[in-house]
Amino acid sequence: MSPRKKTTSSRSSRAAEQRPIVIAGISGNFGRLLARRLHSDVPLVGIDKRPFKGKPKDVVHYQVDARRRRAENIFRHHRVRALVHLGLVHRPQPGRPLYREMNVAGTIKLLEYCRRHGVPKVVLVSTAAVYGPGPTHSNFLTEDTPLAGVADYPELQALIEWDMYAQSFFWKHPQIETVILRPAHVVGPHVRNAPTNYLRLQHPLTLLGFDPMIQLVHEEDLIQSILLALEPGIRGIFNIDGPGEVPLSAVLKELGRRPVPVLQPLAKALVRRLWNMGIGKFPPGELVHLQFQCMVDGSLARRVLGYRPRYTLRQTIRSVL
Amino acid sequence: MNDKAAMLKLEKLSRWAERLIDPRLQARVEALDTRLNEFGVDPWGFDPRYLKYALPLGALLYRKYFRVETVGIRNVPAGRVLLIANHSGQIPIDGALIVLSMLLEAEPPRMVRSMVETWVPTLPLVSYFFPRTGQIVGTRENCRQLLDREEIILAFPEGVRGISKTFSRRYQLQEFGLGFMRLALMTGAPIVPVAVVGAEEQIPSLLDFKPLARLLSMPAFPVTPFFPWLGPLGILPLPVKIRIYFGRPMSFRGDPDEEDEVMMPKVKRVRRTIQRMLRDGLKVRRGIFW
Repeated sequence: MSPRKKTTSSRSSRAAEQRPIVIAGISGNFGRLLARRLHSDVPLVGIDKRPFKGKPKDVVHYQVDARRRRAENIFRHHRVRALVHLGLVHRPQPGRPLYREMNVAGTIKLLEYCRRHGVPKVVLVSTAAVYGPGPTHSNFLTEDTPLAGVADYPELQALIEWDMYAQSFFWKHPQIETVILRPAHVVGPHVRNAPTNYLRLQHPLTLLGFDPMIQLVHEEDLIQSILLALEPGIRGIFNIDGPGEVPLSAVLKELGRRPVPVLQPLAKALVRRLWNMGIGKFPPGELVHLQFQCMVDGSLARRVLGYRPRYTLRQTIRSVL
Repeated sequence: MNDKAAMLKLEKLSRWAERLIDPRLQARVEALDTRLNEFGVDPWGFDPRYLKYALPLGALLYRKYFRVETVGIRNVPAGRVLLIANHSGQIPIDGALIVLSMLLEAEPPRMVRSMVETWVPTLPLVSYFFPRTGQIVGTRENCRQLLDREEIILAFPEGVRGISKTFSRRYQLQEFGLGFMRLALMTGAPIVPVAVVGAEEQIPSLLDFKPLARLLSMPAFPVTPFFPWLGPLGILPLPVKIRIYFGRPMSFRGDPDEEDEVMMPKVKRVRRTIQRMLRDGLKVRRGIFW
């Protein structure tokens, strides 16, 4: 038995466990992983417009848009114990506005259903990128840092909007235990997001003369933090940091990559051109992560949730291989 | 294959370079109390390997060029400390020398974290050279977290007002910011007042040409006997003799969120102490260059 199983079954009562957990965004790479880890312990209900490939038999999946009436029926028919919303988008793609995928409107609806049908717990997985990398930032940003984002990255703006809406929901509805998780760059064998796509390149582009410190969170450690957030009594905003901090160059060296250093203005123009042409996989707004650091202070999660990364720094880095 | 040969050559080169380095300096770097991860860096990006090459250069500057003398370095207590110093000399060499003094002369050697400006991370090369050698962008949150890690922080409460002042106002302390005192109260860190005597004369600024400074978005445009007349050479500091005085630690109590008026008297006490140390230091000084 994994230790993860013990934490879920020992603290919450048997009756509560029969009530399902709804996972919004279950068909994504991370959503499917989370479902596979959880389905044998708790009844799971998935909401996602996309089909769920390789769905475990005991997971109930509704392939609906959260804004449709059918979505509310899910909350009406199941006595939902918690909503886990995987807000973090793993694969920003050229030509597809992120806000559509983010579905801020859909989230507003889902939270409204939770309020109407007395769901006691909501866990929203945001990202530390909402703070935005910047030269004036403190090295370890705390949860009360303003969400500055990145100036010319409209896609991130939707995510910030989403995070802020979740915050206002947290303040407006004290009867619901709302948890917002803001993990640093999530990596792992199943994840396909901007950081992992970048780290999987044989010749990744770097910015000449810049080598920011970065934090990485293993996908399994993020799952651990979600499980801890589901515990009764936990509410609030938590940064989730990784097992340590390393320069980007050390990560690339560990992975055996051969970085191609490019002058920053040149790199910016190049990446934007490629992205607009639909060839580049790397969103130009992410480039600033190669220039400035965007690290979080994870001490609150360690203190309140009892979160401890189980993967070492080296294991976490190598997980993208 | 080619790469392997290049790597070998590089390794040989670094071994050769290491032989040139004074083993006593190496030993001091190794004696630092650092908490490094498996990749040899600390959470703030400090990497002692960089120091191994930077320190011999710094030691040369410290011992041979400025012939620094320190007084009372034993006054710096173990654990968290705020070093509060006067700022002078147009370019922040005083900061570098205080950092070097704690590395070269303190027992055991300690890594002082000085607070750098926010433009540092925007410059290529500088952007990572500074953090790798232990320097941090000066935000209050950074200071607080470092002090909680029992580190030493160096701060110049005069800021640009101090470093850019003209020669006619040498050794007159400018107005102090209050931030350092709030930080000391918040973290319970003792304040060690530091007086740097000699750095005012390294680049004597006769005049601050403000319109040009604004145009170039520089904090000041100093006109000295050598600058801008000799071009970039004119900004080279003169080989002045520098003395660094470390005062006795001062402890303060109170609410860090109090009004400025409540903070002021405490800040003034530190300022007066440093001013007195400067006066005493100037009194015993016989010349600028020796």
